[in-house]
Amino acid sequence: MIEQEADIVFNRMIARNTFLMALKSPEITSLARPGQFVMVRVSKSADPLLRRPFSICGTRGGDCFMILYRVVGVGTAILRNAGKGDRLSVLGPLGRPFDFSEKGKTSFLVAGGIGIAPLLFLAGVMDPGECMLLAGYGTSAEVVPVEQVGLSQENLLIATDDGTLGHKGVVTDLLEGQLGKWRRGRPVLFACGPLPMLKRVAAMSFERELECQVSVETAMACGIGACQGCAVRASSRETQPYLQVCRHGPVFSIRSLDWKAL
Amino acid sequence: MTGDRPDLTVNIGSIELNNPVLAASGTFGYGEQYAEVVDLSRLGGIVVKGLSLRPRPGNPPPRIVETPCGMLNAIGLANMGLEEFLNEKLPWLRKLDTVVIVNIYGHNVEEYGMVAEGLRGAEGISALEVNVSCPNVEQGGMAFGTDPDASARVTEQVLKKADKPVIVKLTPNVTDIRSVAQAVERAGAHGISLINTLSGMAIDVEKRVPRLANVSGGLSGPAIRPVALYMVYQVVRAVNLPVIGVGGIMNYRDALEFLIAGARAVQVGTANFVNPSTMLEIIEGLERFCRAQGIIDINEIIGSLKED
Ligand SMILES: Cc1cc2nc3c(=O)[nH]c(=O)nc-3n(C[C@H](O)[C@H](O)[C@H](O)COP(=O)(O)OP(=O)(O)OC[C@H]3O[C@@H](n4cnc5c(N)ncnc54)[C@H](O)[C@@H]3O)c2cc1C
Ligand SMILES: Cc1cc2nc3c(=O)[nH]c(=O)nc-3n(C[C@H](O)[C@H](O)[C@H](O)COP(=O)(O)O)c2cc1C
Ligand code: FES
Repeated sequence: MIEQEADIVFNRMIARNTFLMALKSPEITSLARPGQFVMVRVSKSADPLLRRPFSICGTRGGDCFMILYRVVGVGTAILRNAGKGDRLSVLGPLGRPFDFSEKGKTSFLVAGGIGIAPLLFLAGVMDPGECMLLAGYGTSAEVVPVEQVGLSQENLLIATDDGTLGHKGVVTDLLEGQLGKWRRGRPVLFACGPLPMLKRVAAMSFERELECQVSVETAMACGIGACQGCAVRASSRETQPYLQVCRHGPVFSIRSLDWKAL
Repeated sequence: MTGDRPDLTVNIGSIELNNPVLAASGTFGYGEQYAEVVDLSRLGGIVVKGLSLRPRPGNPPPRIVETPCGMLNAIGLANMGLEEFLNEKLPWLRKLDTVVIVNIYGHNVEEYGMVAEGLRGAEGISALEVNVSCPNVEQGGMAFGTDPDASARVTEQVLKKADKPVIVKLTPNVTDIRSVAQAVERAGAHGISLINTLSGMAIDVEKRVPRLANVSGGLSGPAIRPVALYMVYQVVRAVNLPVIGVGGIMNYRDALEFLIAGARAVQVGTANFVNPSTMLEIIEGLERFCRAQGIIDINEIIGSLKED
């Protein structure tokens, strides 16, 4: 874990309300693993006060890491106006990464909206022949051009709610379709997105007895395991009813979480 | 004093601190997470997360929400309990070259005493800080801190069982903080720290639900600093005990306000989340300030407020 002021290399809009920012930090970049995140201090003022968590969505040239964010409130609105020449205090890399040590299995990476961020990093380090990225959005204007983070369009399927690009419907439809016709052993699932989507993916995985890891979000204050603010309900209800998203996660096996209470 | 380095040493009763800057309970864990980015031996000390007799899972989420210049928390004193603390955390803490203060909590007067008793003989703990001020638990906590007599009873019980100096941490959620401070002093406390968080809430207007599952939480951060400062000012003048100032301290100038008002030391809480190096920067800032003012001993600043 490193805390430092990092130079912004670029910060550009790559889809509606969606920005890709590269920050220079050889230290964080060399430690970063897919699924991990950074806590970014968006301004030096007391309001907004707390750092904001963002998944690392990739690295660039060995000394830069990138974040992909959607503007949803005050903090991200400040962030969008930052640019080359500005510096931001970053703390990271934090949290438990995806575990993709199992070889020879196909992975389905299932993304809902901006939830694609950590999965882009994961896709980038996986063997392209062994992973398939399924991404859902509201509309075509929101679709993240994956080549911006060095990925190819191959093995990418898109769904939009309004049908303006790819399959008309939700990303779990795509997953349903893929799993339905899958005949090459047991795939492994990795997912990040809104809670209803994650619940659906978890249910499908349980049904088919597939291994599935999800990256989840909660509000965070410290990001490093000190405040206990980021609790999420755990399946180990009696022994350990809550887990900390920043430390035990943000990536969890679906078996660790209490999906009924989420 | 070595060279032209001002002496930052302060005393809270019999406890000597290398400098007046401590980590506030609940905001620094047991120090191990921050050890990766902060040299803990440079701190005045660490007050660890509130400890109860048995493990507490804490409140359901959401537990925190940001508010203007601050945050609300309803952690609910989630902690590992006495036994695991002694076995798993204390050995590591003991090796640190810094003062460790254990913040304790009980459901009732007896339980406060039992935690204090359980910590008897434990090496590496410089003092106990008695939390009679947590707003986020149903029983105990603030229920004691808002009542001078109950605060005194808890203090007496802890003093009876403890073999270490006892600091009592006060809640600001009272009409007259001085009467609670005086009751605690009469009960025999060795020091007072204040303030714990201020009760508050936030509502999600779209969903029309409270933003915290616990409905209410404790407000911390720079938003509460003026309230904390005035209460410290009042308590310093109402008792003869050493006082530790807590609440919204973000930088060395904030810390100076508390010291000038009469606090012997300060605790830094929420600011650690924003900038893990806050406490080190405060210590450096205090040194610079002393040097610039020609002050050789920080105690010259403490209680130096000029009033007509
Ligand atoms: C581990 C982790 C990784 C994340 N990775 C990314 C990422 O890669 N890209 C990205 O765009 N966002 C990511 N987020 C979410 C991001 O942190 C929030 O969108 C951001 O903090 C909002 O800040 P703000 O000041 O703009 O919004 P605020 O003004 O604080 O809030 C605006 C709205 O956003 C909601 N909101 C605030 N914080 C969160 C949150 N943590 N999760 C969900 N909703 C929230 C609020 O309820 C409110 O409705 C991640 C969150 C976590 C916990
Ligand atoms: C997340 C969080 C957890 C806390 N937990 C405790 C606790 O366990 N015991 C306690 O006495 N105070 C606890 N506090 C209160 C702080 O120690 C401190 O009194 C308060 O936050 C005001 O200081 P600040 O504005 O610098 O944060 C907690 C505060 C926060 C924000
Ligand atoms: S955000 Fe503080 S413990 Fe997870």
